[in-house]
Amino acid sequence: MNWLPVLLLYVAVWLAIFVQTQFPALTEWLGLAPSLVPALIVHAALTHSSWVTFGLAVFAGLGLDSLSPMKLGIHYLPLLALGLAIQARQHLILRDQTYARIFLGLAAGTFVPLATLLLLTVTDRPVLSGWSTGWQLVFSGLFNAMACPVCFRIFDWLERVLGDPRPVESSFRPDRQIKRGRN
Amino acid sequence: MHYWMPGAALALALVFLNLPPTAADRLKLAVSTLFLPLFGLNRSIQAVADEASYGLLTRSTLIREVERLQRENQQLKLAAAQTADALAENSRLRTALGWQGRGSWKGRAARVIGREPTTWWRSVLIDYGSLQGAQVNQTVMTPEGLVGRIRSVQPTFSQVALIGDPECGVSVVINETREPGTILEARSATLSDGMVTMRTLQHSVTAMAGQSVTTLGNGGVFPKGIPVGQIIDTRSVDGGLSTEARLKLGAQLNRLEEVWVLTP
Repeated sequence: MNWLPVLLLYVAVWLAIFVQTQFPALTEWLGLAPSLVPALIVHAALTHSSWVTFGLAVFAGLGLDSLSPMKLGIHYLPLLALGLAIQARQHLILRDQTYARIFLGLAAGTFVPLATLLLLTVTDRPVLSGWSTGWQLVFSGLFNAMACPVCFRIFDWLERVLGDPRPVESSFRPDRQIKRGRN
Repeated sequence: MHYWMPGAALALALVFLNLPPTAADRLKLAVSTLFLPLFGLNRSIQAVADEASYGLLTRSTLIREVERLQRENQQLKLAAAQTADALAENSRLRTALGWQGRGSWKGRAARVIGREPTTWWRSVLIDYGSLQGAQVNQTVMTPEGLVGRIRSVQPTFSQVALIGDPECGVSVVINETREPGTILEARSATLSDGMVTMRTLQHSVTAMAGQSVTTLGNGGVFPKGIPVGQIIDTRSVDGGLSTEARLKLGAQLNRLEEVWVLTP
């Protein structure tokens, strides 16, 4: 296994978390900091092993928790639940179809903040939630629905460029050739 | 997927959620250290961009700016002289009455390096950590008014809970009427409207638009007299038992770049 695409996925998550802390004007305008992390977890769950998904969810969850006043472990659980749920149904998901990617991005982008909010309300300190929370969930879902196919395209391209070359399957089989002429 | 993985994930989550505070803080510190190179890089890029923009300023613009600053400096010197005189008089009267003297504020400038990555709280990160002397609950302000208090401290940066956050309760007083009140937590984490709600302890008939609000200084966190904002409008709540006032904050929380941390 070539670890370079996996490493780049970790770097993408690292940068995505950092970007969430920047651009205050954009955050104010939108009402929330757009997060790419759910889309990246979807990609990891459908492309890499469960170990990579597990590690990525832990890294992303702890990264988000460390830069916010959140209790450690709050973000990790929804991200990992998302990754493992997708991985468990990996064989049923049409990974290469754009509509499947859009739907997965939409579901992931809505599920992660909603599950985080639910976890926060039962385990952690009070949060600022109200009518604007609905908009935040909708926007997060739509943003990840748009971002998910782009993430797949970029990382699939990186996988092709940096990953191990796939064995070329040929339709030629010597044992199935019709032998002409007299023996 | 390995069949034992969900169980291991849940066990790990329970471990994380039940870590003792010191261990959790250390782990948070270790993970947040990974982001320091990005914060440093961002600051360097901003510094380079600022330098480049200074080079674009014309000489006449700079001269006008220097003249404006000189005028402002003279006005401030005049105001400082009057204030010093009033302070000396205040000090004499306090001594005569046997009152305790009021401590003066000392500030340390800090730069805002980021904001809370989620939208569940009102919080920003500043480049002032325990290595520089930061402590939890230190007051953060701008010359225009109160910003919040330090919520948690890391060696090189701190988290600041802004006004309106559930963890930044502020006791305030209306300057003109000396009516006390508290700042309520905001309904959303967005800061663009620059408004918070204040509730007076009793129904107020004298609170009205245009009055200024400062910190009361009785909570042990914020010193007395820091400007908070100005009343925009008022309304009766709780069946007329108390009054809610919308305040326009003095500090522009959505455009914070540099802040002052009050040190003892």
